[in-house]
Amino acid sequence: MGNFLKVSLSPHVHGGNSVKKEMYGVILAMIPAMLVGFYFFGLDAVRVTAISVLAAVGFEYLIQKFLIKGEPTITDGSAIITGMLFAFNMPSNLPIWIILIGVLVAIGVGKMTFGGLGQNPFNPALVGRVFLLVSFPVQMTTWPKISVLNFSMVDAETAATPLALIKEGLKNGESLSSLMEKIPSTLDMMIGHVGGSLGEVSAIAILLGGAFLLFKKIISWHIPVTMLGTIAVFSGILHFANPEAYAGPLFHLFTGGAMLGAVFMATDMVTSPMTHKGMIIFGIGIGVLTVLIRVFGAYPEGVSFAILIMNAFVPLINTYVKPKRFGEVKK
Amino acid sequence: MLKTFPVGGVHPPENKFSKGKKIETLPLPKTVTIPTGQHIGAPTKVVVKRGDEVKVGQLIAQAGGFVSANIHSSVSGKVKKIDEVFDSSGYRRTSIIIDVAGDEWMETIDRSDELKKDITLSKEEIVKKVSEMGIVGLGGATFPSHVKLSIPDGKKAEHLVINAVECEPYLTADHQLMMEKGEEIMVGISVLMKATGVNKAIIGIENNKPDAIEHLTKLSNNYNGIEVVALKVQYPQGGEKQLIKAVLNREVPSGGLPLDVGCVVQNVGTAFAVYEAVQKNKPLFERVVSVTGKSVKQPSNFMVRVGTSTDVLIEAAGGLPEDTGKVVSGGPMMGKALSRTDVPITKGSSGVLIFKEEESKREKINPCIRCAKCVTVCPMGLEPYLLMTVTEKQNYEKVEEERALDCIECGSCSYTCPATRPLLDYIRLGKAEVGKIIRQRNQK
Repeated sequence: MGNFLKVSLSPHVHGGNSVKKEMYGVILAMIPAMLVGFYFFGLDAVRVTAISVLAAVGFEYLIQKFLIKGEPTITDGSAIITGMLFAFNMPSNLPIWIILIGVLVAIGVGKMTFGGLGQNPFNPALVGRVFLLVSFPVQMTTWPKISVLNFSMVDAETAATPLALIKEGLKNGESLSSLMEKIPSTLDMMIGHVGGSLGEVSAIAILLGGAFLLFKKIISWHIPVTMLGTIAVFSGILHFANPEAYAGPLFHLFTGGAMLGAVFMATDMVTSPMTHKGMIIFGIGIGVLTVLIRVFGAYPEGVSFAILIMNAFVPLINTYVKPKRFGEVKK
Repeated sequence: MLKTFPVGGVHPPENKFSKGKKIETLPLPKTVTIPTGQHIGAPTKVVVKRGDEVKVGQLIAQAGGFVSANIHSSVSGKVKKIDEVFDSSGYRRTSIIIDVAGDEWMETIDRSDELKKDITLSKEEIVKKVSEMGIVGLGGATFPSHVKLSIPDGKKAEHLVINAVECEPYLTADHQLMMEKGEEIMVGISVLMKATGVNKAIIGIENNKPDAIEHLTKLSNNYNGIEVVALKVQYPQGGEKQLIKAVLNREVPSGGLPLDVGCVVQNVGTAFAVYEAVQKNKPLFERVVSVTGKSVKQPSNFMVRVGTSTDVLIEAAGGLPEDTGKVVSGGPMMGKALSRTDVPITKGSSGVLIFKEEESKREKINPCIRCAKCVTVCPMGLEPYLLMTVTEKQNYEKVEEERALDCIECGSCSYTCPATRPLLDYIRLGKAEVGKIIRQRNQK
C-alpha cells in the first residue's frame, strides 16, 4: 500500500476556483446589460449579440485548431466574453459582414496572435471595435433610435448619441444649455433609454453586474472606482470653470461607454495591472484620457481609446509599481 | 473588530474533524525508530551503541553545536541497531532503533500530575535546562528553543508572543492541548517570560477556538502579564511574522528576526514542553499528534512517543481507508506528503492527514490569466506569478531582486490560483537556486 501514495509539494488543498468559474461569472454579470439592450433595441440587438458570440467562438476554434494546432480552448468561456463585449460596443443596426470582420480582428489579431488567453496585451473586443471605428466610421456611428421592444425587422430610424449631439452642437456654436435640453434626462440615461451601443446604455444594469463581480471577487473595486471618480472630478473641474462650454460630471458618467468600460472592459484581468496601486494608476489614466478625448479630441467618445492606450502602459506599470513588501527595509 | 494581519491571506475550509477529541495516550509500540536529526541546525552525535539498555528520557544523541538539540529515548529497552532509515522527508537518515521492554523512566523525571507553579530556576538555568531537555519549536519548524531564548547582547525582548493560532486546517493538537493542559501552559509561559526577561506575554488564538480563548483568558487572570488576544480566522496567521503583525502591529524587517522588533515567538505546544522540561525535568520525547482526514474513521488526538511509526497512529484512528491517495505529515497547507506510512513520528509532527484519492489530484495547469489573485493573497507582498515566470526562465537574479527569499511558503498563492498553476513549487525552486547563488557569492 505504501508504494502507491501520491507525493507532491504543499499546499495539498486548492480553493476550487478555476478559469472557467471566473469567466462564466463575468458572462453572468453581463446578462442584465444584455437584456436591457434587447429590450430597447429589439431583435436587431439579439441578432448582433448572437452573431458576435458565435463568430468569436467559431474563429477561436478554427484558429486554435488549424493555425496554432493546439488543444481546443473555446470551453474556457473567454471567447464568449469577447463576443458579448464586442456586441455591447456595436450599434444594433450594424450589417452582419462588418460584425464578422470586427470579430475576426478581435479574436484573430487581438487575442490569438499573442498566443491566446492570458497573453494578449490589449482588450480583444476593443481592438475589434476600434478597428471597425476607423474602417467604417459611418456605419459605426449611425445609431438606431431606441424603440421599446421593437421586434419588427424594418429599418429603424437613426439618432445621434448624447455625446455626439453635444460635440456637433458645440462645434456649430450652439450653447450647451440649449443642447442639454435635447438629450434624455439623467434618469433615462441611467435606465438605458438613450441611443448608443447596445450594451452600454443602461448604467443600472451594468452596475448590477459590477456588484456581482465585486461580490464574487472576480474584480476588485480599484479600477472602476478610480476610473469613474477621475471622470467625475476632471469633467467637474472643466464644468465648474466654464459651465457653458463643458458638460457636467453626471453627463459624462452616464453617457457613452463610461460605465460599460469601467465595469467590464477596463477590469479585464488579462489586460489590467497586477497590483492594487497599479490598478489605481490605470483607472486614473483611463479617466483622464476619456475626458480629454471626449472634450478636446476629434471623436465624441473616448473610452475605448483610453482603455487601449492604458493597456499599452500595463507592462510598464507592472514593472515599476510593486506591492508593499512585508517588512520592507528602507535603504 | 478582531485583530488580524492586514495584507493577504486565505480562509480554507477548516475541517477540524478531531476537534474536541480527548488526547489519548497510545499503547507503547514494540519498537521505535528515533531519527537523530529532528530539528533545524547541526546534526546530533549518537551516544549509545547497539545492545545498550536505555531508559525513558535517557540521552541517546547529543546536540552537535549551539543550534542543535539533544535527543532522548522515548521508551525503555535495548538499542537494536543504528541504521539509515526513511523519515518523513523521504530521505534516509541515521536513526536509533530501540526494542521496547517495559516502561522504565529515568529517576530524575517527576512523573506526578501535580502542578508545579513555583519557578525556582534562574534565567540562565532555565535556558540551560531547555537546551538539555532537547526542546524544539513544536509548531513544525523545529528550531531549537534555547537559541530563541538566548537573547544576544545588545538586543532586548519586550514581548513574548505565544503562537496558539493553529491556522492550518484539520489540525487540532494545539487546541486540545490548551483545553486539557491550560494551567501547565500558563506556567510554561511564565517560565519562558523569566528566561527572556520580558514582563508581557501575548497568546494569539484564532476565533474558531472560542472555548480555548475563554479557558485561557480565565486562567491568565492568575498569572502576571499574560494576555489572550482573539484573532480573526485568517491563514497563515500562524506564521510568526504575520502573528506579530496581528497582535502588536509590528513588522519584522525582511531578512530579520522577531527579536528585531522586540519579540520572541514560541508555539503553545512548546510552552507546554518547556513546563515539563523545566518544572518536571522531563525531556521532549512525546507530543500530541492529530490523525485526521475526511475518510478517517476515528479522527483523534494522540499523545505519541517520538519514534512511533506513523502506521501505528493510523491503525489507532481506524486504519488506512481503502481510497487513500495521499498521507501528509503536518497540515494541508504546509505539510509534507509521505511516500510511505512507516516513517517515525518526530518532534515536529503535528498531524497525520489522510486524503482520499479524489482529493489528492492536482488540476491541469492552465495559462495565467493575470487575475492578480496570487498578488492579493500573498501575505508577504510578493508577486507569485512573476516569481514563477522568472524562475521558469531561470533568471535567478530577477528572482532574488523580486525578493523570493521573503516567501514563507504558506501556499496561499497556489491555493487560490484559478488556473491551478504550481506557483509555490516554482518559487521553492527559485529560492533554492538563489540560495546557492548567495552562498557562492559569500565564498568569494
